[in-house]
Amino acid sequence: MNSASPLLRVNNLSHAFGNLLACSDISFELHSGEVLGVVGESGSGKTTLLNCLSARLMPTNGIVEYDLRDRGLTDIYALSEPERRFLLRTDWGVVMQNPRDGLRMGVSAGGNVGERLMAVGARHYGEIRGEAESWLSKVEMDLGRIDDAPKHFSGGMQQRLQIARNLVTKPRLIFMDEPTGGLDVSVQARLLDLLRGLVRELKLSAIIVTHDLAVARLLADRLMVMKDGKVVETGLTDQVLDDPHHPYTQLLVSSVLQV
Amino acid sequence: MQKSENQIPAAPETDEGYNFAYLDEQTKRMIRRCILKAVAVPGYQVPFGGREMPLPYGWGTGGMQVTASIIGLDDTLKVIDQGADDTTNAVNIRRFFARTAAVDTTEVTDEASIVQTRHRVPEDPMTEDQILVYQVPQPEPLRSLEPREIECRKMHAYKEYGLMQVSLYEDIARFGEIATSYSYPVMVNDRYLMSPTPIPKFDNPKMDGFPALQLFGAGREKRIYAIPPYTKVKSLDFDDHPFQIQQWEQNCALCGAEETFLDEVILDDRGGKMYVCSDSHFCARRREEGHSGSLPDSAAAAYAAAVGAQEQAVRGEREQ
Amino acid sequence: MTENQNQQPLIRVENLSKTFTLHVQGDARIPVFADLSLEVATGECVALYGPSGTGKSTLLRSLYANYKPGGGHVWVRHGDDWVDMATAAPHRVLEVRRETMGYVSQFLRVIPRVSARDIVAEPLHALGRDLEAARAKAEVLLERLNIPEAMWDLAPATFSGGEQQRVNIARGFAVDYPILLLDEPTASLDAGNRAVVVELIREAKARGSALVGIFHDDEVREAVADRIFDVEAGALAA
Repeated sequence: MNSASPLLRVNNLSHAFGNLLACSDISFELHSGEVLGVVGESGSGKTTLLNCLSARLMPTNGIVEYDLRDRGLTDIYALSEPERRFLLRTDWGVVMQNPRDGLRMGVSAGGNVGERLMAVGARHYGEIRGEAESWLSKVEMDLGRIDDAPKHFSGGMQQRLQIARNLVTKPRLIFMDEPTGGLDVSVQARLLDLLRGLVRELKLSAIIVTHDLAVARLLADRLMVMKDGKVVETGLTDQVLDDPHHPYTQLLVSSVLQV
Repeated sequence: MQKSENQIPAAPETDEGYNFAYLDEQTKRMIRRCILKAVAVPGYQVPFGGREMPLPYGWGTGGMQVTASIIGLDDTLKVIDQGADDTTNAVNIRRFFARTAAVDTTEVTDEASIVQTRHRVPEDPMTEDQILVYQVPQPEPLRSLEPREIECRKMHAYKEYGLMQVSLYEDIARFGEIATSYSYPVMVNDRYLMSPTPIPKFDNPKMDGFPALQLFGAGREKRIYAIPPYTKVKSLDFDDHPFQIQQWEQNCALCGAEETFLDEVILDDRGGKMYVCSDSHFCARRREEGHSGSLPDSAAAAYAAAVGAQEQAVRGEREQ
Repeated sequence: MTENQNQQPLIRVENLSKTFTLHVQGDARIPVFADLSLEVATGECVALYGPSGTGKSTLLRSLYANYKPGGGHVWVRHGDDWVDMATAAPHRVLEVRRETMGYVSQFLRVIPRVSARDIVAEPLHALGRDLEAARAKAEVLLERLNIPEAMWDLAPATFSGGEQQRVNIARGFAVDYPILLLDEPTASLDAGNRAVVVELIREAKARGSALVGIFHDDEVREAVADRIFDVEAGALAA
């Protein structure tokens, strides 16, 4: 089942901003159902890599291929822009670090979740609302808030709403940039638990950028450690964290405070 | 007609100080090219080099530039504002063209070759030989939902209109029905999402398969768009909340019309009110034909006289 | 001893070596073992043996691909295939861990907000068993390991060390893995619970599972181990 062709294949991806090489020569494969964590300190190129992978930033070099449902592995930057945008709002999801970038803050929670359905042609109000309700309860939101705008929500609620909004079209691949960033610890734990459950239940594949090794340990099957735009170590999450080989990874692991 | 335009005194044949219809010929050619493009791509907003007009934005500068570019000596112009021929805006625009282009003006929809309108489609049917020019305050139907212009243009280019549907969803979620009653978004020719300008949604069905050419000019936003004759225009809706036009329990208090768009008129400070046709010409003609509404004839006459008197007063002031 | 007739090997370790290099401490090199070979057959339990610091845990973790060996192979029978845990692609390793190879670590890694019952049921659920059935099996195991029913719905963060360890063992035995690795499963258990673990191990052997374990408790080791593997000597002992 898993041994078949990968869901996402990346070959020699590099991206430069002017003279600054943000990501350099990155290659990997992601298989269906896998969760890949990308860890490293700020400025290591994690977010640039995520943007390149999620069809939102054309890399300077290299190829990103995705297993389209109807075409198989396809270079996503060879797709037309509308095809890429369609992919982003159907088979993919992007959960932003700042909910303001991923939500429509003035539109009700139900409208936020329903948007992707309406974007793919849903035109039955009752059904759209029903779907929205079901997803809001999956992310443990109070259904009494369905008609409230997210600008009145707490950070944790906004993040959960963002997840519901992305999952409503049953995507196969989710990109997350520091999904628990800026949340206090108890809210973080709840969100992580929720994400962990959803990823398993829906058999999602995910690429999660985080600088928090505990988040990576909990969510990711595999890790990619980045430093200065390069991948310095990869492997199973427990392998990388319990038996780190690269000097930078060893430093990173040994720097975590024990509670 | 009680208040025909020839009561306006001393308009010269044309004012020699201006080019015909105010705009210079190069500008009119530029605008005509934009109009042709707009007609070729129904519902698509064509940017144009909008000029300063001798009145502020918001008073119909876009519609006037379109009218100025298509008007000729043998045209007859009607101008309405919220359905009425006799408001300040309508009167002034009519006078503007009478003075700069020396065209005939009229209040009779049938007689006009060009009708410039703000916020209404006339109740009387129009024909292939006529052109309806709309004044447009905000041409972008997605603007209030998506502030980024580039993103809006991409959404049009790729026909990604889910977001517009979200705004209707929000209406139902909040009010139990689609409460949008003006600027109700439409799909033109199954391709472009278009704002029909702030006409009441009552007028949306008239746009569908309309025999006359419909042109839209936005002066501040510098956009022109068009619906060619007999084009499909569909109002957005949901399967379980279909598009509906406004309905009133009363008929027009003056002429008794049953299927027109009605304005509410407050009569006193004790809650007294009546409903009258918003299309003043249509209502007056029906009254001349002998129709009457629930208002006693004497009251109707008094109302008509009061409205007429007010209008006379406005004109009187201006002439001084 | 049950070593006899047509015992099929399920694990074949070939020339395995492991050295840690500590870059943060002046690139210190710590060799643990080298050129180590071991076979474990179906129905067999091998106890790793040697004083502390000889690399028993390191070997066990290397078998599970938790540690990356420096050289050699860890061949594991996965369905009809042989997979080398030392070199296999990550998704392949995960597949082996999900379906073929279980691992009871020394300590339970607590997951916030997940109940004891669900922690135990999770591996079975991940294999495709429906949640109710997985939970039912979890409850049987928790009951056998004397975790009071009142605690099943609680997240084990607040449990005592021994209770956490028993939850961990229940999780390891939730799936009938063909191969099971045990890292001091009885370390903090009382006699009664030790007996339960011995029973569980014997049941696994009876099903034909191959087991490799570290047992500090001589009594337990003698009760379950068919063979002793001396890590330091790197050779089979009696």
